Amino acid sequence: MRKIVIALMVMFCFVLQGTLMQWISLGRVAPNLLIIITSAYGFMRGKKNGLLVGFFCGLLTDIFFGQVIGFYAIIYMYIGYANGMFHRVFFPEDIKLPLFLITVSDLAYGFAVYVLLYLLRGRFELPFYFLHVIVPETVYTIVLTVLFYPMNLKINQKFDEIEKRSEKKFV
Amino acid sequence: MSPVIKKKGEHFHLPSKYLLLILTVLCIGMMLITLTTDFTKGPLNGIAGTVIAPFQAGISEVGSYLSKRVDELVEIRDLLMENEDLKRQLDELTLQNTMLQQDRFELYQLRELYELDQSYEGYTKVGARIIAKDTGNWFSSFIIDKGTDDGLAVDMNVIADGGLVGRITVIGPNWARVESIIADNINVSGMVLSTADNVIVSGSLELMSVGKISFSQLIDSDNEVMIGDKIVTSNISDKYLPGIVIGYITQIDTDANNLSKSGYLAPAVDFEHLEVVLVILEKKQTIGES
Repeated sequence: MRKIVIALMVMFCFVLQGTLMQWISLGRVAPNLLIIITSAYGFMRGKKNGLLVGFFCGLLTDIFFGQVIGFYAIIYMYIGYANGMFHRVFFPEDIKLPLFLITVSDLAYGFAVYVLLYLLRGRFELPFYFLHVIVPETVYTIVLTVLFYPMNLKINQKFDEIEKRSEKKFV
Repeated sequence: MSPVIKKKGEHFHLPSKYLLLILTVLCIGMMLITLTTDFTKGPLNGIAGTVIAPFQAGISEVGSYLSKRVDELVEIRDLLMENEDLKRQLDELTLQNTMLQQDRFELYQLRELYELDQSYEGYTKVGARIIAKDTGNWFSSFIIDKGTDDGLAVDMNVIADGGLVGRITVIGPNWARVESIIADNINVSGMVLSTADNVIVSGSLELMSVGKISFSQLIDSDNEVMIGDKIVTSNISDKYLPGIVIGYITQIDTDANNLSKSGYLAPAVDFEHLEVVLVILEKKQTIGES
């Protein structure tokens, strides 16, 4: 049940990312919903969930927009996995850690894409790309996180409750 | 004891680091396969197209409906004023039109004479709606709502507003990805219409924000190419049909080697507000055969 909801969530986010997010983009820079859910499921549910959500987010991106299959999948997957390491210090009441982790994740994503797809083609104007793509995207993503992340947290907590209740039945 | 060994009465549980390793190898494998072979993601495209594309189409429809309604309300007043102006213009234009028609008749005769009847009125085209844009902020490709089922194929050229938008690079049964010419990784072989000099037109993320694309490798020792000249796709391009307008030159600089020139051009297409595009149902290769 939870798996189905997560799968639907990934697809839902991908569709929104390609449509709604592009309409609300400011100066050609759109927020990155996929980083938010990859990162969020990483620290909410642990490494395994994080890397799987990341993998499928990346795979969808690859199929529709990637040059090769597997490129974005790897980037998102490692971001999800790295976020999963913080599962132990994650508390649902605290919003500082999620905001911090999502910021770092989006910056890391931006740098990874820059280095692998731009730097290697001889585009060395890092300050330009940093100021015009990476930082605006991160800031915009953080703004969106404040709106979007609590919803994910609620869904996750609901499922935790359901699981706990069914455990009690057996005891 | 290995952590992968199954204990009695427990579910089989794969530790996340092994899963990470397996998927990493899988990804790298797929990258190598897509890079080195012609494996065109066929089955994956089909699955993704049937699951995702309908949603994208639906949401795009709703979104464009809403934004259109909002725009309409804002624009009604402007339109009334514009209407007055346009009526006045119409009178002038009718007069001009009759004169132009005479010119056009002459043009047709000359074209037939030179067998140059290749402007893109002759191509069969099909309209398509943009349903999603690139999820990242680094490149600018988009998804349209037609695919192989509608007779499209990879490498078909896409135009809008009478100018070149890009070409189809990936295709599924009911969707296709169009790589636009302003994207950072795209180069187009172009030609200055007035002098028939060849240039390379290349998109760039830096210039995208100011609405320009750059061109380079223009050999023009007689200084004949001027600002405002039209650049069209060249005859020697292997992907783009010849004679499609790319844009107009806005700036020319001489390169450091003093031989070639480079500069900027304003694209003929408004890439910020694309919604509907036309796909030319002919590919460069098939033109010579037919």
